[in-house]
Amino acid sequence: MGFDWRWDFTFEILPRLLLATLNTLLAAGLGYAIAVVLGLVLALAQRTPSRVLTRAVREVVEFIRSTPLVLQIFFVYYVGPQFGIRLSPWTSGMIAIGLHYASYLSEVYRGGLESVPKGQWEAARALNFSTARTYFRIIIPQALPPSLAGMGNYLVGIFKDTPMLSVIGVAELMHTANAIGSESYRFLEPYTLVGVIFLLISLPTAALIRVFESWVRKKLGLI
Amino acid sequence: MSEDMSAYPLRLEGDDVPMVRFMNVTKSYGALVVLDSLDLDVAAGEMVSVIGPSGSGKTTVLRMLMTLETINGGVIYVDGQPLTHMEKNGVLVPASEKHLRKMRADIGMCFQHFNLFPHMTAVENCMEAPVHVLGLSKKEARERSLELLQMVGLEDKVDQHPSRLSGGQQQRVAIARALAMRPKVMLFDEVTSALDPEVIGEVTNVIRELVDKHNLTMLMVTHQMGFAKEISDRVCFFFGGKIEEQGSPDELFGNPQKERTQQFLSAVMEAG
Ligand SMILES: Nc1ncnc2c1ncn2[C@@H]1O[C@H](COP(=O)(O)OP(=O)(O)OP(=O)(O)O)[C@@H](O)[C@H]1O
Ligand SMILES: [Mg+2]
Repeated sequence: MGFDWRWDFTFEILPRLLLATLNTLLAAGLGYAIAVVLGLVLALAQRTPSRVLTRAVREVVEFIRSTPLVLQIFFVYYVGPQFGIRLSPWTSGMIAIGLHYASYLSEVYRGGLESVPKGQWEAARALNFSTARTYFRIIIPQALPPSLAGMGNYLVGIFKDTPMLSVIGVAELMHTANAIGSESYRFLEPYTLVGVIFLLISLPTAALIRVFESWVRKKLGLI
Repeated sequence: MSEDMSAYPLRLEGDDVPMVRFMNVTKSYGALVVLDSLDLDVAAGEMVSVIGPSGSGKTTVLRMLMTLETINGGVIYVDGQPLTHMEKNGVLVPASEKHLRKMRADIGMCFQHFNLFPHMTAVENCMEAPVHVLGLSKKEARERSLELLQMVGLEDKVDQHPSRLSGGQQQRVAIARALAMRPKVMLFDEVTSALDPEVIGEVTNVIRELVDKHNLTMLMVTHQMGFAKEISDRVCFFFGGKIEEQGSPDELFGNPQKERTQQFLSAVMEAG
């Protein structure tokens, strides 16, 4: 079997793959939104005075970070029903990937939060801010810029990990390419297209993140 | 802490209640005793300077009064009310966060390294707490802040971020920011130590004006003996977590009684 790229077939399957790209973007976007918020919760939970809470959250984060994402996806989807929790592929997928990346992002946030000088806390305290206000008005805005590079890496990361959702039948790019392959017995074009689509989205995103990062720094008056 | 709290009054009453009273205050970090049964009164409207060698506990005194640190023994009173403690069933118990937030409203502090909020402009730095802590309207807080920034001579820098300001300018914003909360007591911890010599005057002039025109109670840690001598009502010389000697600037600088005070003063004078 030689290298026989078929353009007619390529153009035939392109619309279907582009449609699936929307699902991929939706999955990455939703998963990331969950991860961004939940990651902050996990990071802040490790900074409360409660030793027990800090320790418990720490263990959960470590556990999630040391086990494969694909296992977590299977776990939520297939083991959930044994406990009476029956979730759709999309819901299971979003929970698994959101939680997985939340634990990674929580580490990014933790670093960012720790990089804010102690003097900022003391000034806030001297001005009688509550702890919540201190976080949201003083600490988090300053923790954000040093976190952005890491957050950007994981945005690209979650996007590239969405194909794992195909294992439970989420109709994203990989799943669609597999379907095309088994219908037509041609794998070269669909998989190549998937690669190109990923590349065309990942590269500009990474560049945009860097622009965004310096824009935020400027916006916050930090440079 | 097995201290008998009944030895401390629930509040200070009488004709001359001090604005600040440290009563038998002890602070230690592990085995290191930083403040040792400290007694210190500051009268309303008084300017007290704190001088002493490095590590003698000067900063610690201010940090405890600002409630940035908890104390290990004794009680601090502000305006007659216990600061570090509160009354519960007729005895003093350690203050709750709620009590601390109520009492902290009377105290403001300026730090050696300014600690301005870098993501806010000068005027935003000043407005932030009046809006979000005191609940002032933005308009009201802005007016109050602009007035204070004008007082410290920064009316043309109100919309600059700290990264665009010199050290002297940043410290003046920090003073305006603290004053915007209308504290009764102001604490200054070596506010000129991080500054280039040529801008120290900008900051000391502001403090001088506060002493002259405002009825604030002030506690100032400083290494500038000349300034302390000129501006203070009283000077306290700290040594090893205690007040070794205190008195009027003329007494303490002109005729120090204790040997350690004499040694310290002659060492600083020599250093220039
Ligand atoms: N968080 C802390 N943990 C342990 N020791 C501390 C802590 N903070 C202060 N100390 C110690 O307490 C002592 C008094 O410190 P403090 O900062 O009050 O000194 P100071 O008189 O302000 O000195 P300086 O002139 O150098 O600023 C020092 O020995 C210091 O090392
Ligand atoms: Mg000090």
